[in-house]
Amino acid sequence: MSAMTTPSNPSPDSAPPVLVIPAQTHEKNDTYDPGKPDSARQLVLGLLFGVVFGFLLQKGGVAKYEVLMGQFFLTDFTVIKIMLTAIIVGMLGIFMLRVLGLVELHVKPTRYAANIAGGLLFGIGLGLLGYCPGTGIAALGQGNYDAIAGILGLMAGSYFYAETSGSLGSSIQKIGNRGLIMLPDLLGMRLAVFLAVFVPLLLLGLYVVGQLSP
Amino acid sequence: MEPESGAWSPYLVGLLIGLLSMATFYFSNKPLSVSTAYARLAGMIGNLFSRGHTESLKYYQDTKPKIEWGVMLVFGMFLGAFIAAVTGGEITAEWVPSLWEDRFGPDVALRLGIAFVGGAITAYGARLAGGCTSGHGISGALQLSVSSWVALTCFFIGAVATANLLYRL
Repeated sequence: MSAMTTPSNPSPDSAPPVLVIPAQTHEKNDTYDPGKPDSARQLVLGLLFGVVFGFLLQKGGVAKYEVLMGQFFLTDFTVIKIMLTAIIVGMLGIFMLRVLGLVELHVKPTRYAANIAGGLLFGIGLGLLGYCPGTGIAALGQGNYDAIAGILGLMAGSYFYAETSGSLGSSIQKIGNRGLIMLPDLLGMRLAVFLAVFVPLLLLGLYVVGQLSP
Repeated sequence: MEPESGAWSPYLVGLLIGLLSMATFYFSNKPLSVSTAYARLAGMIGNLFSRGHTESLKYYQDTKPKIEWGVMLVFGMFLGAFIAAVTGGEITAEWVPSLWEDRFGPDVALRLGIAFVGGAITAYGARLAGGCTSGHGISGALQLSVSSWVALTCFFIGAVATANLLYRL
């Protein structure tokens, strides 16, 4: 069951050796070296995955301003239905692939202050824009031209963040910095046990949302 | 029974995005994530004006301004949404969304101004939080990242508050 151990174990000598197996069995690519350009194959794959993602967002209706805002008015639950379903399917799928040694995890680092402050800012911007970074490009693709201003704003805000990144790194990013922790770590649970409880809870949540908002 | 918001069932779309997520992990060893691409594109524009200054910024030393997998993903998303809208007869071709117009009128400049400001705040927040609705909300959440569940909760609180202030006051 060592394959089910989460990768956040603070003690390196107790890290299970299985964690390195995916890197060997998985096709070698350039994701480990941020300085090296992506291969042509990766660029084409990125484009193809993007076409599928954009297609699905549009078909799901979440590229529409009204649908995204409807979620925030709590009158249209399309966004939550799509996200929860994707999370449940992806969660089961990716942890299954990982047990088989076919994929590596890419857990995001937890920095409580930055996650909370950034998350709230993101939400405020999202309420004003009515598109998120992903659905915004899909909105432009379906002809919502106001997304052009949104995308220019996304680029401007990103650059402004870069301007402040030096000082943020030594201040807010350090507050509550916990590294690559996962939910089961917080509860001191094994990953498999946590999933056995959490996935049914998410399914129940999805069912309840579906009942309240058919 | 409310009318369908999208052409396809949200459960079907969610299922397919979940499978797509598995595919990007398997074939590209990358999670679906979008917002960093805007930062890379902004850095490329910054390079045109002042390469030295852009390269001096800490963020761009870690995240190189270049066309890579994530930027191609965003280009593809534009194409994919366009194909979906054309084939589904859902091309909108409008500068002001109808819901916005009902509330704030048809002034294009007002809508574009707020969209720009909203986009800038969104991106700043995404960079600070470490991801967006895709990177945290889907990819990070499905990997059980604590940061992603925290960020996703905050996305929602901020957006619900802002949207209701905008439309309900």
